[in-house]
Amino acid sequence: MRPFRYERAADAEEAVALITAEPEAKFLGGGTNLVDLMRLGVNAPGTLIDVTRLAGHDRIEETAGGGLRIGAAVTNSDLAADPRVRERYPVLAQAVLNGASGQLRNLATVGGNLLQRTRCAYFQDITKPCNKRSPGSGCPAREGDHHNLAIIGHSRHCVATHPSDMAVALAALDATVHVRGPSGERAIPIPGFHRLPGDEPEKDTVLDPNELITMVELAPRAHATRQRYRKVRERRSFAFALVSIAAVVEFEGQTAADVCVALGGVAHVPWRATIAEDLLRGGPIDESTLTRAAEAELVKAEPLRDNGYKVELARRLIVRTLLDLVEADT
Amino acid sequence: MSVLAELQLRVNGVEHDLTIDTRTSLLDLLREHLDLTGPKKGCDHGQCGACTILIDGRRANACLALAVAHSGAEITTVEGLAGGGDSGDLHPLQQAFIEHDAFQCGYCTPGQLCSAAGMLAEFEQGWPSAVTPVNGQIELTPAEIRERMSGNLCRCGAYANIVPAIAQASE
Repeated sequence: MRPFRYERAADAEEAVALITAEPEAKFLGGGTNLVDLMRLGVNAPGTLIDVTRLAGHDRIEETAGGGLRIGAAVTNSDLAADPRVRERYPVLAQAVLNGASGQLRNLATVGGNLLQRTRCAYFQDITKPCNKRSPGSGCPAREGDHHNLAIIGHSRHCVATHPSDMAVALAALDATVHVRGPSGERAIPIPGFHRLPGDEPEKDTVLDPNELITMVELAPRAHATRQRYRKVRERRSFAFALVSIAAVVEFEGQTAADVCVALGGVAHVPWRATIAEDLLRGGPIDESTLTRAAEAELVKAEPLRDNGYKVELARRLIVRTLLDLVEADT
Repeated sequence: MSVLAELQLRVNGVEHDLTIDTRTSLLDLLREHLDLTGPKKGCDHGQCGACTILIDGRRANACLALAVAHSGAEITTVEGLAGGGDSGDLHPLQQAFIEHDAFQCGYCTPGQLCSAAGMLAEFEQGWPSAVTPVNGQIELTPAEIRERMSGNLCRCGAYANIVPAIAQASE
């Protein structure tokens, strides 16, 4: 591992000033992904700027109207245990609890979770080409081991998936990421925070290099909202998703007044199923409308040689999860 | 070339002032600098849990924790789990693991014990898990123990005895 300087920033302003002054610096959250990538040689920052103790960043606060502001340094464990999150945004607590392990969630932060890198085996192996790690070097995953990589929205340059469970729930909840950079603050809606690979797969998000995530904001939810996170994986716990789904539905009787569905494990981003949502919104939710909506959403899927199973898995997850929500009491 | 940093840690009740390479993980610091070889290096990637320790009472993978980032923390390793000292008393989890034969080679055991101690504290605080029912009381069923302990792998496959050992210690 390359030697690095360690700096601990006291507040967001200092953190941004430090990273702006150091071209080879990176922010350090819980380190559960970055330290591993440094050990693997994927990342070699000259300076780490620890942002886990920034003033106010470890708090979850109420917003006017009943939403929440979640500081970027809140740990995954504290987020999932928060009574307000469990009560109003159960899909978020469920998604976080379905990720990683108890001891990793105690270290990992909200900001770091959003910025974690793909677990594509070629990205993590510096002896192999990878356009995300080394732009222009090629993508061996396309013809190699891609059984758990993307089926939709990928490019010839990159077929990686975003590994986060939390981000899938945040996408379905229309959360907003607040960031601070050298020229001030801005807010970025989560559907749109991560980006498709296109011909720049090295860029996972729309963040500028010196921008810091300060918090994630959740809008107030309608009272009649039903939510669920469901994850299919190769073992029952402590594994990344093959396909996962976050569903947030506002019911009026059997009719869906509003439907938000996001899929994990299928794309370079948490995939908002907007085609399916548009077909379902305002209408009845039953097996036939769900099947039609799920199939319409997945028409654009372009599975690779060994991951066609994900298309059928995603279709069934959409149908089953939303049917469960129709039948649920709450 | 290396970059040195100073830090303070309280480990199993003992204060340490240290100067270390910034690249040092808590795991390497404990094992190589403080001769506390209870925490084990299994995978060094956060995937096996053999290095699990308690940082300010919370379980964590020592292999992925940079020591310099945890300056000022209170660390507990398996050596300090029973409260330290030379009395020979065992922590209830250690006693339960012996009674239930909850290990074979023993390599994962220090991590299992620290993880279980942290997990029981989380359960006491009412933290949910992925298998916790959305509504209602949480009970520490075998399914809850298995889910909450999934960050600790046992290559000998002693899980069938680890689960009842932890259940006994929780009573």
